[in-house]
Amino acid sequence: MTAGTSAAAPRQSLRADDDPQAALRTQPVKIAVGLVGMILTVWALGNLFLAFGFYPEKFGSKIVIGLLAIVAGVGGAAVIFYFLNMFVEGLPARLSEGLIPYAFILPGFALVALMLIYPTFQTINYSFANSDSTAYVGLQNYRTIFGDSEFWSSIVNNVLWLVIVPAVVVAFGVVVAVLSDKLSANGEKFAKSLIFLPMAISSVSAVSIWALVYAYNNPGQAQTGLLNAIWTSLGGDPQTWLQISTAKLNSILLMVILIWLQAGFAMVLLSSAIKGVPEDTLEAARIDGAGEFQIFWQVVIPQIKGTIITVFVTVFITVLKIFDIVYVSTNGQYGTNVIANLFFNKLFAASEAGQATAIVVVLLLAVTPLIWYQIKHFRDEEANR
Amino acid sequence: MATVTFDNATRQYPGNPVPSVDKLNIDIADGEFLVLVGPSGCGKSTSLRMLAGLEEVNGGRILIGDRDVTNLSPKDRDVAMVFQNYALYPHMSVADNMGFALKIAGVDKSEIRKRVEEAAKILDLTPYLDRKPKALSGGQRQRVAMGRAIVRSPQVFLMDEPLSNLDAKLRVQTRTQIASLQRRLGVTTVYVTHDQVEAMTMGDRVAVLKDGILQQCDSPRRMYDHPANVFVAGFIGSPAMNLMNVPVTDGGVDLHGHTVPISREDLGGVGKDVTLGVRPEDLELSSDQSGIPVTVDVVEELGADAYIYGSTEQKLLEATGENAGAVPFIARVDGRRPPEKGEKIYLKPKTGHVHVFNSESGLRVGD
Repeated sequence: MTAGTSAAAPRQSLRADDDPQAALRTQPVKIAVGLVGMILTVWALGNLFLAFGFYPEKFGSKIVIGLLAIVAGVGGAAVIFYFLNMFVEGLPARLSEGLIPYAFILPGFALVALMLIYPTFQTINYSFANSDSTAYVGLQNYRTIFGDSEFWSSIVNNVLWLVIVPAVVVAFGVVVAVLSDKLSANGEKFAKSLIFLPMAISSVSAVSIWALVYAYNNPGQAQTGLLNAIWTSLGGDPQTWLQISTAKLNSILLMVILIWLQAGFAMVLLSSAIKGVPEDTLEAARIDGAGEFQIFWQVVIPQIKGTIITVFVTVFITVLKIFDIVYVSTNGQYGTNVIANLFFNKLFAASEAGQATAIVVVLLLAVTPLIWYQIKHFRDEEANR
Repeated sequence: MATVTFDNATRQYPGNPVPSVDKLNIDIADGEFLVLVGPSGCGKSTSLRMLAGLEEVNGGRILIGDRDVTNLSPKDRDVAMVFQNYALYPHMSVADNMGFALKIAGVDKSEIRKRVEEAAKILDLTPYLDRKPKALSGGQRQRVAMGRAIVRSPQVFLMDEPLSNLDAKLRVQTRTQIASLQRRLGVTTVYVTHDQVEAMTMGDRVAVLKDGILQQCDSPRRMYDHPANVFVAGFIGSPAMNLMNVPVTDGGVDLHGHTVPISREDLGGVGKDVTLGVRPEDLELSSDQSGIPVTVDVVEELGADAYIYGSTEQKLLEATGENAGAVPFIARVDGRRPPEKGEKIYLKPKTGHVHVFNSESGLRVGD
């Protein structure tokens, strides 16, 4: 057979009934060109990006490098996929048809594997190793952390965060969504914008802002912290709020920051869900004799239940990973520590890689069922559409 | 069971210079089936919603029985409503949907179950009681909405175009079922529709509204035979009545040389012109070339009858509202010997079957 002509022939002709054997034939030219093309492209791209790093002066300015990187990166990906496609099409048709979807998924999957799956298993692996990951120590790390009161205090704090923050965020979001729904169109936009604004602020900036609210000045001086200003004007002595661990007050004050950040997100989703509740079901309930509270609990809430669960789980997962607020404000002192912050300190301050990885493995195990539930819930929602 | 009274009931939306419902006066008897009908935007749904308590009443009163409900909230009025889109609670099963009002009223669980099952039996819903509305067909959902109303045994049923989301065949079938169900239960019912066939076939009485003003409230028969004005004459009846302005002559009105006899006292003080209305079935072919000359454009053969749609030199009154524009001249003829398309025929009204209206005011003249 002449590989050149059949490589140029359209794919349909391979399936023609008069030549059933054609479907089984390989096209070595396509395979070779595809393979060589892929290798060359990867080689060229690799060299280009290495050149960006080692000889930046040859490209003039950083802007040129940036633009080149975007063009070469996106274009290079397209060229790689082009040659990959050619390579797979060169294989016998029956094989290539089965292979094509996997061939296209593979590069993306490889990146995910490299960035997510490999580190996960490496972390689990290290959790059984010593402090600089040079020798296995069995379950020693787990024994150490489970015997550490700081670990248990972090667990308690994490549980408190998980119990309080998502529930308050959802409740606050529902209340704001319902109340703003009753405002005039402009009033609603204004109120929602105000509540949504903190969403645009990073956690670290938020802590800086709230540090001003919780700020402490010595007695006798003017209290610049909002909370102390109110407290002293009511006759109290100025307090170092974030150091009061009685009844976990300082932890709760830190939770307020996250609630402030997340409420806007909850409100936006819940508000659109509430607007999606058909007006006539509310009217039907009114005629059926229900009061406004009964309508809210028995007609509105059940109809937005899906969104409530989505918001709750999303915030819940955010809270599971809570780190930055605690790290920036108290760094886990005064009994405010949480698991992620404990991990960070074990790994980078105490250089205890084994214990640190053991702590995140515990966190990972705790998160897994929730993520599984979230995915299941999303699938059910999709199926119900 | 109760009577319903609209006493000068008025609804004016803020920012709208004209009332959407203007001084509506209707007395509905206990157990009566009253149909509100009219073109879209005529205020029929607003009137119903005023009775339900979903719409504020800006003037006048609404009474259910002897009770003034004008300012009562919907839950205190003891009415049940069937919505156009059924408004079923999507998260509740059929049984819970039907029993919701009773649950709110604090009725005992076993009693709720009993009454829901009774209603389900009447409506053939027994196999579906545990399903969610999503898993039902359009006709079944409609029946659930009906069931939700029946279960409560309210004083008044309110129905807002409950059949408009059904297909044509099911609509005709359900129409009969609703009417017979209402007769059986004997509950006062107010029914809104834009379909005049529904109005004529279902109602004990029909109330025609236009631009928020009641035009006529009568039995279907009376409405058909004695339309109170030109609007009702054109609205009720399908195909529509032919309406034209004709000059008054000695002893009647002149129709292209054919004199339609109308008594002198009826024509007293109406001026030189009157509006003459003739229903398509009240026309007959004239053998002597007198009457209205009509060129046949379309022949609609229905078997027993045939309708001809034609054009004529006679100027016809243009339809208003939704079907605005020129209208054809319509006549019913024998289905076995219909005229050919393009043929020129002469038609004259059967004696005693014409409607005469004052061409200025549009009001009916004489009986």
